[in-house]
Amino acid sequence: MSAVLAVEGLHVERDGRTLVQGVTFSAARGERVALMGASGAGKTSVLRAIAGLEPRTTGAVTVSRTDAGDQQASGVRSRRHIGMVFQFHHLFDHLTALENVWLAPVHVARTRRSEAERHARALLEQLGVAHRTDARPGELSGGEAQRVAIARALAMRPLLLLMDEPTASLDPARRDELAATVRSLSADGTTILVATHDALFARGCVDRVLVMDEGRIVREGRPDIVLT
Amino acid sequence: MMCRVTRQPMAITAMLVAGVTIVGAQPSAELRWGGDAEGGAPFVEADPADPTRVVGFDVEVAQLLAAGEKLAPRFVQVGFTSLDAAVTRGDFDVGLSGIEDSPARRARLAVTIPYYEFREILTVRSADGARYRTLADLAGRRVATLGTTLASELLVVAEKEHGVIPVTYEDDVHPYSDLAIGRVDAVLLDDVLAERGVRRNPGLMNQSSAIGVGYYVGILAPGNTALRDRINETLRRAMRDGRLEAIFRKWGMWNSDQPALYARLTSDSQVLPQSQRTASSTNNWEAAIRYLPALIKAAGVTVLLSVLSMALAVALGVAIASGRVYGPRALELALTAWVELIRGTPLLLQLFVLYFGLAAFVQLPAFLSALLGLGINYAAYESEIYRGALQAVPAGQLEAARTLGLTNVQTLRLIRAPQAFRLALAPMTNDFVALLKDSSLVSVITVVELTKQTSIFAANVGSWVLPGAMCAAMYLVLSLPLASFARRIEKGWRR
Repeated sequence: MSAVLAVEGLHVERDGRTLVQGVTFSAARGERVALMGASGAGKTSVLRAIAGLEPRTTGAVTVSRTDAGDQQASGVRSRRHIGMVFQFHHLFDHLTALENVWLAPVHVARTRRSEAERHARALLEQLGVAHRTDARPGELSGGEAQRVAIARALAMRPLLLLMDEPTASLDPARRDELAATVRSLSADGTTILVATHDALFARGCVDRVLVMDEGRIVREGRPDIVLT
Repeated sequence: MMCRVTRQPMAITAMLVAGVTIVGAQPSAELRWGGDAEGGAPFVEADPADPTRVVGFDVEVAQLLAAGEKLAPRFVQVGFTSLDAAVTRGDFDVGLSGIEDSPARRARLAVTIPYYEFREILTVRSADGARYRTLADLAGRRVATLGTTLASELLVVAEKEHGVIPVTYEDDVHPYSDLAIGRVDAVLLDDVLAERGVRRNPGLMNQSSAIGVGYYVGILAPGNTALRDRINETLRRAMRDGRLEAIFRKWGMWNSDQPALYARLTSDSQVLPQSQRTASSTNNWEAAIRYLPALIKAAGVTVLLSVLSMALAVALGVAIASGRVYGPRALELALTAWVELIRGTPLLLQLFVLYFGLAAFVQLPAFLSALLGLGINYAAYESEIYRGALQAVPAGQLEAARTLGLTNVQTLRLIRAPQAFRLALAPMTNDFVALLKDSSLVSVITVVELTKQTSIFAANVGSWVLPGAMCAAMYLVLSLPLASFARRIEKGWRR
């Protein structure tokens, strides 16, 4: 199985501090991978570097569509293959849930508005928030906002979905729902990389765990083995 | 003469200081006389040789009156338009500053007998000397004058009868300089000012026939008739013994009209002021009804000017803020310097520079100058609001836009600007209400807006109570719906 995501010698600095040093790993199509470790271990920095949000990054990040074989280096164009769900969602405050979801398809992918809106409704339906299409972010609960944020990321049909601490604001029942959602997304072929310190969640939905400490990957393996 | 304002704001400060110096110099029994030293020669002006002193024919008439009372004259500096109100308040005993006799003034103040007769003279460019001889010749043409004077009343009548277009200035210098450069086609003012205007501006000429006749008088508080009567006697004695003649000869103002006036006055015959106003015009309510259409029209000017200026301020403000947030360092520094320059200098000065200062290079119409002045001035403030608002949009919103693949321009247009606009709306509404009121400053460059029209109304009825209340009500009618509209939008956004 060839890799959708290949990270090679990733190095991230911010304000003169080294946050990630020499991280190398890959993830296959439809694979679910968790980055774990204590706070400050560098999990979120790896996600942000892959998403192109860390300016002082060296190393190589490659996101490729394995079936078509069109390799693209990390950059603006490859960002269209990456979706990101932030810990605090960062939904656009001035837009409704539906507008948040169809914005990028219309303005970035140049999809026709009617088609983008239809797809957005389908995604919100799939994630169980179809009844909140006209709500603004301020009116959504934490769980609803997260599902709208996932729908927004999926609307661009990414090869790779990055999720930062997705269970931070969820109660246990919602956490199980999210684990089920992650599993169903990967069944559709989306590769998922999630930064979390929630071992229960990781055990419930990922195939592989990468444990980080002080900016390095120190352990790697199946969750039932690594997380004992 | 009703209103003369200096062309140099710095002179105002100099004369206020001068006024204090003069007050401090003579603490003993005094005749306090009020005038406006900004009026300039030959009325009252700072002595070029010693700016702490004032000189002029009115200064010498005051000395003559003080001598008659065996008192020392003490000059009190008062803005020209405030002289009537100040004498009523008791700020000084007698006002002398080329003040025109009028029925309205006689109705509410104690007014002395006239001490000088002037003619309303039409000044035109020499090339137009044969074309524009009378007001009837000036149909459809712009004719400049000072607000709230006999000349301005004559022009209001001529507007109705002949279709001339009156242009009202707040000083007696710029009507002539604007005539010289072609902004107006004639000036109607007292011969004293007309002579000075022609002396200072080559290429102008005065028409020989007078359009009207008026008189300079002294004004006293309405209850002060005893002093007024003594002053009248002093004036009559000075008319008989030639002391007044000596003063006016010294200032080059003596002419054949004066002996005739003095002959009538010393034989006790009445000299009634010429005015288009009737005595009934001092009835405030009737005057209010008469002035209402003019006030509504002036309010329309205020609204149009404010809306267009704000639109310009918003557009320029957005451009400046975008340049400062997104532009290279050099552009950011240049724009910062521009904003500080505009914010750090008075709007009044900017209006003067735009309208009068640039006139040698480009003659902007008054309304356009006002629009540009207000728009450019407020753009500096708007840009600071937008810059702050743009920087207040959370970084997470911009990062989310980035991960979705939006370009910088798309992020600004679709995410950052709409969110910044929500943050900026309240301070913008505040600024628009402030601009609505600041638009009253443009009367200095001849635009007659709501406050200016109100001051004309107030000067004519001799009271600020009713005109002030009407003006305040109109400003509130304009600003309150705006504030409520902004609140409704904000409420919609907060849901």
